[in-house]
Amino acid sequence: MSILIDQTTRVICQGMTGATATFHTEQAIAYGTRMVGGVTPGKGGSTHLGLPMFDTVAEAKARTEADATVIYVPPAFAADAILEAVDAEIPLIVVITEGIPVLDMVRVRRALDGSRSRVIGPNCPGLVTAGACKIGIMPGSMFSPGSVGVVSRSGTLTYEAVFQTTRAGLGQTTAVGIGGDPVRGTEFIPVLEMFLADEATRSIILIGEIGGSGEEDAAEFLRDEARRGRSKPVVGFIAGRTAPPGRRMGHAGAIVSGGRGGAEEKIAAFEAAGVRVAPSPARLGQTLVEHLKS
Amino acid sequence: MDIHEYQGKALLARYGVAIPKGNFADSAKQAIERAHEIGGGKWVVKAQIHSGARGKAGGIKVVSSEAELAQAAESLLGKRLVTVQTGPAGKLVSRLYIEAATDIAKEYYLSYVIDRKSERSMVVASAAGGMDIEEVAAKQPESIIRLSVDPGMGLQPFQARGIAVKLGFPAEQIGKAAELMVAAYKAFVDLDATMIEINPMVADTAGKVMALDVKASFDDNAMFRHSDIAELRDKSQEDPRETHASDQGLAYVGLDGRIGCIINGAGLAMATLDMIKLAGGEPANFLDIGGGASPERVAKSFRAVLQDPKVETILVNIFAGINRCDWVAEGVIKAIEEVGIPVPLVVRLEGTNQEQGLAILKGAKHPIITASTLGEAADKAVAAWKEFTKENVKATA
Repeated sequence: MSILIDQTTRVICQGMTGATATFHTEQAIAYGTRMVGGVTPGKGGSTHLGLPMFDTVAEAKARTEADATVIYVPPAFAADAILEAVDAEIPLIVVITEGIPVLDMVRVRRALDGSRSRVIGPNCPGLVTAGACKIGIMPGSMFSPGSVGVVSRSGTLTYEAVFQTTRAGLGQTTAVGIGGDPVRGTEFIPVLEMFLADEATRSIILIGEIGGSGEEDAAEFLRDEARRGRSKPVVGFIAGRTAPPGRRMGHAGAIVSGGRGGAEEKIAAFEAAGVRVAPSPARLGQTLVEHLKS
Repeated sequence: MDIHEYQGKALLARYGVAIPKGNFADSAKQAIERAHEIGGGKWVVKAQIHSGARGKAGGIKVVSSEAELAQAAESLLGKRLVTVQTGPAGKLVSRLYIEAATDIAKEYYLSYVIDRKSERSMVVASAAGGMDIEEVAAKQPESIIRLSVDPGMGLQPFQARGIAVKLGFPAEQIGKAAELMVAAYKAFVDLDATMIEINPMVADTAGKVMALDVKASFDDNAMFRHSDIAELRDKSQEDPRETHASDQGLAYVGLDGRIGCIINGAGLAMATLDMIKLAGGEPANFLDIGGGASPERVAKSFRAVLQDPKVETILVNIFAGINRCDWVAEGVIKAIEEVGIPVPLVVRLEGTNQEQGLAILKGAKHPIITASTLGEAADKAVAAWKEFTKENVKATA
């Protein structure tokens, strides 16, 4: 088992003919992902990488019965691409694009209320169910099917968690990068909820960073669920302990401002919720192994 | 991106926000001309720097004669103003704003931000105007009004009136205050601001409601559709290291240590800085090369890191997903050949095309210390830096 995607998931790609999207679509196909088509306005009727191209998402959905789309469209057009996928009622919309204006995402977030779609991202590496389906840009070779669920705001730290749990012999069910922007489609909690409900997922790695309060909310959720008797071992990490306040550390969402969103509060919230905090991102795997033994 | 007060006021005025009469000056002579244009007998000379808390730092002076005005202008221009927000180096004052003095009856606080919790823009207001809002939030949290705005509808007049009533505006000013709030909201959304702070918003003794100070920041990611705002950027207010890097399209934040960092991904970059500290070193910068970085971009990153003379070791830490280790390695070789690297270099490559990348590094004409994990990379960088500085001390002794 896994969450969100598996070997049956039918995936289309918006903006597939671009160089980056082409490269990663090839990688996804090589991984075994069921890529079923692409959308680039004006390219409908042609094929790319052996897949049928469509002018609109609605047409692609009707013809391919896609249940997921991955978006590599440039930032200026990305919000429109997401809204098109929402309108076509694609259940899972994964947005890789980095640099979407935040007020565009505020409007997208509003459009998702009451819709049939879930958005993962933007500014995220996508998600992978080990050995079954890869959507986005994560390197497939580091995954091995296993029992750890990974959810992270940082793409590259997701890779660290996957790499280390593979080395530790634990493997993964699904790894989900929720993205580093301040306004995003999916927060930690829905993903944690799915991991808690998924039988194959026996432990969880939760990676946050400075800025916002998503980590504190996640900790509160885990604490409340544990009180209801639903819990799994969780290892956490927060990036940005040494970041100076008021400076945006690359991710639009990674900023300590007004004395809020600092790493120490987040680490304290994790610890209070029974999350074992890894002292460094190099020791995520080891910390989880120790936690599982104890 | 931040802009100056005078620029923010001009933008808001376009949307119908009332502001006192004023104009920009960059010399004492021009300041006097401006005062003549404005008229009246009392003016405020305001240092234009990208920082709040200017008043407490002596950056705002009220004058009532030409002589006083000239003196105030001369004392401010060319000076570095140090406020609680600028850090000890302060910020250079090269522009002044000359404004008609306002007879203030009452001050209020008003701002617009992106609220991450509601994932909407939010109006924040308080009757405790003119004060630092964080201080107000700590001391009188109940005095702060917050309203998140439905992006589909925008701020409605009834909502703005509701805020004005809660703020205690007298009956005849409620409409004017609401108008100002709706106009400023429209500017916030239209211009892709991430923050507009009007502190204080004032009612003067004649009952006019105005923005007396304006601080505004804009979404860098939206500047492609606001070239007029992008032009307002004042590079003299930025860390020169960061200006150089951002001109190259790199996400760079200057720090105070000695170990230069070239990393992909903001999360990995932040975590690597944490690791360097944990290993006993201090990072010189945050630098995220971003996704799909070409060899040219990697070489540019080396230039950006090396133009900080404090850098005594460079750590390259790449876990490639959308990136390609072979491109990064080519960039490292390019930097060695074209830029020249006078300091120890530690490289860790992991992920997409790792083997090709490591093979390319083997041909380098500069010693490269390689590492296979993040922990090892940080440890080796700190060790190489300690060794390098020891040798330097010996060489100079």
